[in-house]
Amino acid sequence: MSTQDRHHTLTVLVENRAGVLARVASLFARRGYNIESLAVAPTDDERFSRITIVVDVESAPLDQIVKQLFKLINVVKISELAPSDSVERELLLATVRTNGDDRARVLELLQIFEGKILNVGHAEITVSLEGDPAKVDDFESMLRPYGIVELQRTGRVALPKLDRTL
Amino acid sequence: MQMNGGQALIKSLEMEGVEVIFGLPGGAILPVYDPIIDSPIRHILARHEQGAGHMAEGYAHVTGRPGVAMVTSGPGATNIVTPLADAFMDSIPMVVITGQVGSSSIGTDAFQEVDTVGITRSVTKHNELVTNAQDIPRVIREAFHIATTGRPGPVLVDIPKDIVDPTNPRSAMEWYWPETLDLPGYQPVTTGDPQKIREAAALINESRRPVIYAGGGILKARAAEVLRELAELTGIHVVTTLMARGAFPDSHELALGMPGMHGTYTAITAMQEADLLIALGSRFDDRVTGKLDGFAPDAKIIHVDIDPAEIGKVRRPDVAVVGDCRLVITELVRELRSLLDATPAADRSEWRSRVSGWLERFPLTYEPSEPGELLKPQYVLEQIRDAPSTPPDTIVISGVGQHQMWASQYWRFEHPYTWVNSGGLGTMGFSVPAAVGAKVGMPDRTVWAIDGDGCFQMTAQELVTAAAERIPVKVAILNNAYLGMVRQWQEMFYEERYSEVYLSPDLPDYKMWAEAMGCVGMRVESPEEVPAAIEKANSINDRPVVIDFRTDSREKVFPMVPSGATNTEVVVDPSQQGFAR
Repeated sequence: MSTQDRHHTLTVLVENRAGVLARVASLFARRGYNIESLAVAPTDDERFSRITIVVDVESAPLDQIVKQLFKLINVVKISELAPSDSVERELLLATVRTNGDDRARVLELLQIFEGKILNVGHAEITVSLEGDPAKVDDFESMLRPYGIVELQRTGRVALPKLDRTL
Repeated sequence: MQMNGGQALIKSLEMEGVEVIFGLPGGAILPVYDPIIDSPIRHILARHEQGAGHMAEGYAHVTGRPGVAMVTSGPGATNIVTPLADAFMDSIPMVVITGQVGSSSIGTDAFQEVDTVGITRSVTKHNELVTNAQDIPRVIREAFHIATTGRPGPVLVDIPKDIVDPTNPRSAMEWYWPETLDLPGYQPVTTGDPQKIREAAALINESRRPVIYAGGGILKARAAEVLRELAELTGIHVVTTLMARGAFPDSHELALGMPGMHGTYTAITAMQEADLLIALGSRFDDRVTGKLDGFAPDAKIIHVDIDPAEIGKVRRPDVAVVGDCRLVITELVRELRSLLDATPAADRSEWRSRVSGWLERFPLTYEPSEPGELLKPQYVLEQIRDAPSTPPDTIVISGVGQHQMWASQYWRFEHPYTWVNSGGLGTMGFSVPAAVGAKVGMPDRTVWAIDGDGCFQMTAQELVTAAAERIPVKVAILNNAYLGMVRQWQEMFYEERYSEVYLSPDLPDYKMWAEAMGCVGMRVESPEEVPAAIEKANSINDRPVVIDFRTDSREKVFPMVPSGATNTEVVVDPSQQGFAR
């Protein structure tokens, strides 16, 4: 199984109430399901929030994870997004050491990947990149040899691909 | 109408039809105890919060109505975690109200503060910390709705002191009673998919070796009657799990008794050899399946359950119907009737004769005691069961261990809701408080707690509650001076190396202890004294009775499927060993 197959994205619409994230997180912990990444934000309707969870379906069958999640009273709706049927985005922030010629090389890399410079210091720069998770992975590995001081990735967020049939 | 949060809480319970609260007050819940004085709701003062919780469970088991327990914050809340977990495992409708420190103290490590909602999250169907007095009626209404619908379970409501304390302005609220509920994420499915029910009927009709595997869901759905209709219409045998004892009459010719680790040989073997298991409100628990890989290898599965997450959790079904057992079975019976008009069922005569062969060759059995030997626990159970003074609808409550298995095996359950025990969690000490709660729920019925000496020592103090409140339960301690089930495993699987299982038969002196708690205490050591003691216990109706039956510690529970073995490796009573299947 490639990582792509192992990881499924669930978008979980929950009531916007205190402790809901803790309920979801403790359900995963209690039943031994692995969370690969997690992103939470309010939706356009203030009564609800959306939790985007990337789950490792090797730790448990996806069907069981979905059913157990749905037993939580505050969980309103769950959609499963297979990587092929969804658009996914993730954001990476990184501070990289850029001594001597390295700065130019990092900037070149940034240009290729269409990243941005967020902050510049004497011997370090902070950059950002938004993209689908594979692209962010590639960028991270290209960046690594220069010496990463700090790196932060958000969990991924996703929406279903639109139907193009007429 | 203006009132304070404490009054609103009690009034909400009244609106829900609560007739009794099992509880124990303390600092944080104090303001809620004041309006109880003016309420028609009866309060039963437990001696330990765990007792209050099990009482609420016992009450819910026998009445089908939600049990209600109320305790204070901190240790009060942590002491009721075990009953919550117990009720969660066995799907018992229960509402637990816990006091909490005042809102402004939450998170400061205040006196008697714990994160109750955090601690109980994984052992409740739902829980909620109420932050405003105005929310109390809504949250209570939701709590009862959630506890009693879908797959029932415990719901905890945590109430900070400031929103119920009349001296605090935060407790002021305007009374209302919500007519509708806004729970967008909670819509349990109760009616089964007609297409799936048709498929199930077809599968049943063509099966040659079918077995109905009835679980606790039958009782929760009040489906015992339609289960019997299904069995009689199709002539299919029924096994009743530990949680379903009483859901199908043991005297019925199609009853095979309990399956699982200590089930009857026939129930275990019929499931194992079946070509179709009709799982109704049962969940393929490890104690039933034994080693999963080898469980019922030739069986197709029909799985009916109200909880979609049970479908396929353990064993993938061939036909799954999500819904309430009573509604689904009713439809299934209707479907089968019309199907049977057109197509006769497959020939099951060979299967029936195999099953009756097993029933005949492997009944439950034990070696009666020789004169001068201690009592056999099975004999004591038979004597209580068969005593003319023991009514046929007696409610039997057990703790956890050998005595529980013997009680389930040797009692003959003819009516639903006559058997109460801790199945999923296996909570030692369950029986005394659960019996108290059951007797409160069903005051006109005889209630016998069948207990072990180890269990009794865990929660016996609730007999003080029973004596004080005049709740005349009867307790039979099958006193073998050991933690018997552990001893049995040590004997069979640890080369008779008995580690920390001896308890002593007369430390404590159970008769004196019972008397000190306001009960009638008796001690019975030889078989001929047994009937008279039971007779006497059955005649006492103004206080609890405890009989210390001195039983033989060497007695083991058979049949037994050793842990990790498949069900084909069932070990029968030594007197039956050597018979070929």
